[in-house]
Amino acid sequence: MNVKILGAGCSKCKALEQKVRQLDELHQLHLEIEKITDLNEIISYRIMATPGLVINGKLRSVGTVPKDAQLLQWLREEDS
Amino acid sequence: MKLVEKYPLGSVVVLLPLWIALYATLQQAADALVLVTGLPQGERLTEAVRFFVYEVPKVLLLLTLVVFVVGIVRSYFSPERTRAMLGGKSLFAGNVLASLLGIVTPFCSCSAVPLFIGFVEAGIPLGVTFSFLIAAPMINEIAIVLLWGLFGWQTALLYVGTGLVIAITAGFAIGKLKVERFVEDWVYQIHSNNPGMEEAAPVFRDRIQSGYSAVSDIVGKVWPYLLVGIGVGAGIHGYVPENFMAGLMGKSAWWSVPVAVLIGVPLYSNAAGIIPIVQALLAKGASLGTALAFMMSVIGLSLPETIILRKVLKLPLIFIFVGVVAFGIIIVGYLFNIIY
Repeated sequence: MNVKILGAGCSKCKALEQKVRQLDELHQLHLEIEKITDLNEIISYRIMATPGLVINGKLRSVGTVPKDAQLLQWLREEDS
Repeated sequence: MKLVEKYPLGSVVVLLPLWIALYATLQQAADALVLVTGLPQGERLTEAVRFFVYEVPKVLLLLTLVVFVVGIVRSYFSPERTRAMLGGKSLFAGNVLASLLGIVTPFCSCSAVPLFIGFVEAGIPLGVTFSFLIAAPMINEIAIVLLWGLFGWQTALLYVGTGLVIAITAGFAIGKLKVERFVEDWVYQIHSNNPGMEEAAPVFRDRIQSGYSAVSDIVGKVWPYLLVGIGVGAGIHGYVPENFMAGLMGKSAWWSVPVAVLIGVPLYSNAAGIIPIVQALLAKGASLGTALAFMMSVIGLSLPETIILRKVLKLPLIFIFVGVVAFGIIIVGYLFNIIY
């Protein structure tokens, strides 16, 4: 499963990346995690706040660091 | 915290009276605490300790309440909704609305570029966009709390009012200057066909939840700065002679306001980080207008943000933006010095 974190160096972006990596490790999700810092690519998702969270090409959250339970739910939805 | 997450509404009903009770008894509690320590009355150290044990819980309580309310209010305003509200507004009305929305829309200067592009793409006039970009960082809830806690609500209100006036007039002026040619050309060529995200409207429970998240986010991050700031303030309160800075940054030094802004613009800090400095300056006799101008220029204009904005704005527009805002802050500084 591919997970993209859109954001160029804001504190929430780092927090989100860290969280996703932790979940990946904790639950053995074998995610392919990409941190997107290229502005044009970030903008192509039409978001106006960072971080953006994209799971398998689907934009799931903007401007927030979602809670663990919410992240896991999205990841499991994509998995099934 | 788990209980609060489970029963957001119920916890407000319990916590709010508790907040009021705590706030109402602060002075007595602080006096009692000082008495218990057995410090001699009227000594410098005693006064410094009294200041500290009263101001820290007071400012923390105010901060918690304001951040909580702001967190709830912000859940009603996403950048997408704000953009939709600003569409098709005339120049001046647009500037007023954009400045007001700048206070309540969640914004971080690191997302200034995607937001700018999102606004331009939707056809919102540049001047209106700038009103938003000026108001959003400059009118800051932490600064509001600090002014409210240390100088009273009138000062906090005056700060919000003058911040709004700067954002409205600066945005309006930039709009009149016809600066569209100074926006990088590629910005106008973006046509993304990605559908974006459809947001489900949150229920009220979720909104209270976002109030709590804001408190744990912001208060969790800010409290060490507050401790240091009030600690510095307490030390100065007890030890440094009053009006120590009056000659340098007091009302009589007419040049102090522009100098404060000149120093403040390239500096960058969040509102929390600037608290200790402003607190110290004020306590040493710097005038409120000068200290406020310094604070506004540090948190409202920053080198990192202008560097980020350089990706979408050509250099002349960067200078116009910084120049117009700095000018506005200087006026506000003088105004406060005259009033106080």
